[in-house]
Order: sequence, then structure tokens, then C-alpha cells
Amino acid sequence: MDFLFIIQQTLSSTLGVNAIIFALAAIGLNMHFGYTGLLNFGQAGFLAIGAYSVAVPVITFGLSLWVAFLIGIFNSILFALLLGVPTLRLRADYLAIVTIAFAEIVRQVARSATFNDSLGGSDGITGKFGKEFFDLNPFKGGLTTPILRFNGNDLWVVLTGWVLVAIITFVMWIMVNSPWGRVMRAIREDEDAVRSLGKNVYLYKMQSLIIGGVIGSMAGFVYALSRQSVQPDNYGTALTFFAYTVLILGGAARVFAPIVGAMIFWFLIVFIEQILREGVSSNIIPDWLIGVNQVGQIRFMLMGLGLMLLMIFRPQGIFGDKKELALDARA
Amino acid sequence: MQEHNSGRSFALTTSQTPGSSKPDPILIADNIVRHFGGLTAVNVEHLEIQRGSITALIGPNGAGKTTFFNLLTGYDSPNSGTWSFNGKALNGVPPHKVARLGMVRTFQLTKALYRLTVLENMLLGAKEQKGESVLFSVFPWIWRAQEEAIRVKAVSILKNFKLIEKQDDFAAALSGGQRKLLEMARALMVEPEMVMLDEPMAGVNPALKQSLLEHIKELRNEGKTVLFVEHDMDMVHEISDWVIVMAQGQIIAEGTPATVMGNAQVIEAYLGAHHDADLSSEGA
Repeated sequence: MDFLFIIQQTLSSTLGVNAIIFALAAIGLNMHFGYTGLLNFGQAGFLAIGAYSVAVPVITFGLSLWVAFLIGIFNSILFALLLGVPTLRLRADYLAIVTIAFAEIVRQVARSATFNDSLGGSDGITGKFGKEFFDLNPFKGGLTTPILRFNGNDLWVVLTGWVLVAIITFVMWIMVNSPWGRVMRAIREDEDAVRSLGKNVYLYKMQSLIIGGVIGSMAGFVYALSRQSVQPDNYGTALTFFAYTVLILGGAARVFAPIVGAMIFWFLIVFIEQILREGVSSNIIPDWLIGVNQVGQIRFMLMGLGLMLLMIFRPQGIFGDKKELALDARA
Repeated sequence: MQEHNSGRSFALTTSQTPGSSKPDPILIADNIVRHFGGLTAVNVEHLEIQRGSITALIGPNGAGKTTFFNLLTGYDSPNSGTWSFNGKALNGVPPHKVARLGMVRTFQLTKALYRLTVLENMLLGAKEQKGESVLFSVFPWIWRAQEEAIRVKAVSILKNFKLIEKQDDFAAALSGGQRKLLEMARALMVEPEMVMLDEPMAGVNPALKQSLLEHIKELRNEGKTVLFVEHDMDMVHEISDWVIVMAQGQIIAEGTPATVMGNAQVIEAYLGAHHDADLSSEGA
């Protein structure tokens, strides 16, 4: 077994592009679910809007990438309003259903044959729409060390991506610890009580939906840029649930939870896969037990098992407070 | 003290009939009707609440008291009717605006915000906080001074309510009675003119009950109006200046506590028409 290779692959994923995407998606969910109690199961929809918004204006309409970023933020605000106006008066569980539907509508519309010319149908869009971004890269040679390896483009995405995550986390930290954040957490506990104190709950929930949605669409920017392509089926419900996994792994309503959650998530997935792959190829794991082609599925099984154990033995996540979680039982 | 006395002395001169007019009403309701399917939960023709008084709203279970509360505070909309607070019509006004106008309520099932600390519960109540705006929240220096002033006020109310030792505990860690106290203390942070208490004594132990009573009397001394729903007749007797009785959605009697509790119609509503009849003769 090549342990150094396993470590290199694992660490590069722990700090890699995917961890950034899931961290951003989960930061958005943390705003929705962790701080405001909005059960948004449609976060993938916001990622899709972000991803298509950087690709389509550049490829189809020949606009600048920087304009496309602005379009992406505008679109995510627009969709948050569209989603929020009819649904934010609903109770939490109904909101969950509507948001799942919202994300699926976005995905199905994007992959429909009707918009083949502009959105690329089920094949999505592939092209050099990130050129303006990668032209700025001062590290075109990438990074190769025994324990960490990124190609030139990935290194640039990783560096800018973590800076973005850091800025957003810092601003979130200030906001949730302000009186504004206090109203948000109060809404999570009991909307009617907050209304009785003269706060416009609907307005606050809308703000939460927009802020979390915009951060989600930034995850979509990173997703699209890093791959220089947008595939509609990458933005299915599984993406939302992985983002929830990341959030709960870290501990909901904790500012650093999404970052650490995303790192652990990708550490585990890649570490398990690499161990299995190396084990099978060097015949330490016998062929009759696990075949080479089964590794991909089995890593998710083991991942699932690990998450189950976490939920049983540490339901509050890495950063959470078990006593605080128990209060939710309305004792 | 003249103003404060009027809250009590009006009872001597006011007609003790349902829907009677008060010398200085803060709340006036007309023809409030609320149907739930075929059931008429509330049907109030006319009601006035005297400013600066403690008014009790009593009635048997299912009389429509809480529904009436919900209608007045904007949590539910009536099928018809008009009502006004301080001369301002409240039809279609959402709950948070009703609260901002100065009419603040509590709930029958206490709504302490469990995963906020006791102090945070209190701070939340203050009105017009700059830091509650999404834009200003990012710039702590804009709201820090105001936050500190609010904290000082919250601490002084918490001391008065003997919850100060609990200020850093989660609200969920309080006992049922303490949560009632917290809810009332929190309502005071809004600086209301009128406080609506939905069963403030339910599930509160006798020792705490006495202190709640004192707090309610204190509100009147400060010139605030109190309207409360309650089943505890001793309490109603002890602190209210005026009692309104509801049964089957209608107001069947109002007057001073002593008069109302001797009213035959009220006794009938609570206990049934034949409550004092001999069982054997009823069967015959």
C-alpha cells in the first residue's frame, strides 16, 4: 500500500474544491435552518442557479464573467423572493416540501429540451467560461508536495474559494451575534412569540432565505468554475442532503460547523475510498469480499454507517452543545 | 395620581350591564363575530375596556375567551366586526404592528424562547433596535450603545421579577411559573400601554402566584391597562377592578367582581341551570 499517496489524495480533498462547495452550501443552510429554523430542502436549486448564472451569460450571450457573477447574485435574490413570497407563511414541514419541489423545478427546467440552445439541455454547458478568472491565476504551475497536490486551476479555485469562505463566515459571525441574529434565533424557537414583541417575522424570514440563497449560489459559482462545466443532474436532491450532512456533522447553528463539517465529510469519503482501493489492488482485501468496481458504492455504505454512529453518540455534531440540543424536546 | 385612580374609581359610576360604556375606554370593540365552520366561537356586540384598569375576562371552558384575545391582537381575523385601540382601527393590522401600537399579549401556553437565555429573551422585547436591521447588524459600533442601554433596563426588570440569578440560563431551564414571569417581564420590555395576559396563573405555584399578582397591580400603578383571562376566581376577586363574563362566545355580564359573581346568569353559565337542585327531585 502506498500510504503517502493515500494521505496526499485525502488531504487534497479535505482542503479541496469540493470541500469549499459543500462548506458554502452548508453556510447558506446554516442561515436557513440553523439560525432561522427554515427547513429548506431546496439548497441544490440555489447552487444550480449560481452555476448556470456564471456559465450561460458568458457562453451563450458573450458577457464578461464578472457581469455573470452579478447576474448570479441577482438571480438568486430573485428566486429567493419568488420562493419566499408564497411559502414563508407556511409551517416548517410544508416549507420543506415546497423547497424540494423548487429545486427539482429548477433542475428539470434547466435540462429540458425547450431551452437546449441556451442552457444545453441534459448535457449542460461545457466551455471556457472561467477564462477571465483563471487568467488572473499567478500559480499556473499548481502545487505538488508529498502530502498536497493541486493542478494550476484547482489551486487558484482553492485559494480564492477559502478566502471567500473565510469572509462570509466572518460576516455571518458578526450578524448572528447581533440583535438581528437574536431575532433570527428567536424566530427559530417560536414565531408567534416574536410577533407579539412587535417584530415583522415574515420580513426576517425573507432576509434569511435571501442571504442563505445567495451564499448557496456562490457555492454554485465555485462548482461551475472549478469544472468549467455545468451538468444539470449534479444539482439533484442528493446535493442538498449532503449539504445537510455537512452542517449536522459540524453542528447546526455554529458558525464554523459548515467548514469543519465539509472538511470531515470529504476527508472520510476520500480516505475510505483510497484505503479500499489500495487494499483491493494490493490484495490485502481479498477479491471475493470486495471487487474493484464495488469500492465506489461501499465507501458510501461505510460513510452512512459512520454518520449513523455520529448521530447516535454525538447528535449535536462536532461543535454543538448536547444540553442545548436536548432543550428542543420542549421539556 | 388622579389618572391612576380613575382606573379603579370608574367602577362606581359605570353601568353594570353587558356592553356598557366606560368614561375613558382604551379599547372599543363592535360586532366582532368569528365562526369556525358551523360554530360561532365569538359574537361580541359591544365592549369597552377602561384605560388604567385591571379587567378580568372570565367564562367557562370553550366560551371563546382565547379566540377573542387572538382576534383583538391580530393573530386571527374575525368574519366581521371593527375594533380600535387608542382610537386607531385595528382591522387587518398584523400582530407585530398591534404590539408596536402598544398592545402586547402573552400566551396561554407560555412561549418562552427556549434556546435563548433569559437575558436574550428580555433584550428581544425592546422596540426600535438599530441592530435588528439587517444592514446595521454588520456594524456593531452603530448599535452597541443602544444594546447596552437595553441591557441595563432588562436587568432592572429581571431584578424586579426575581429572575436575575437566571439571566444567563436558557429559558428552557426555568420552571413553568418562572416562564410565566419571564413572559410577562419580556412583554414589559416592549413598553406597552395595554397588557393582555392569557391565563397568567395557570400552573403557577401559590408563592409565585402572590408575586405575579403584585406585578400586575404594579402595572396599574404605572398607568398601564391590563386585560387578563383567568380561571382562578380568588385572583380575579383580589386584583380586578372590572370583570367581563363570556359564555358561548357572547358577553353575558360585566361589572365589579362582587356583583358579577353573585349574578344568576353567571352562576348558571359556569355550573348549569340546575346546579343546586336535588338530584332525586330532578329525576322524578
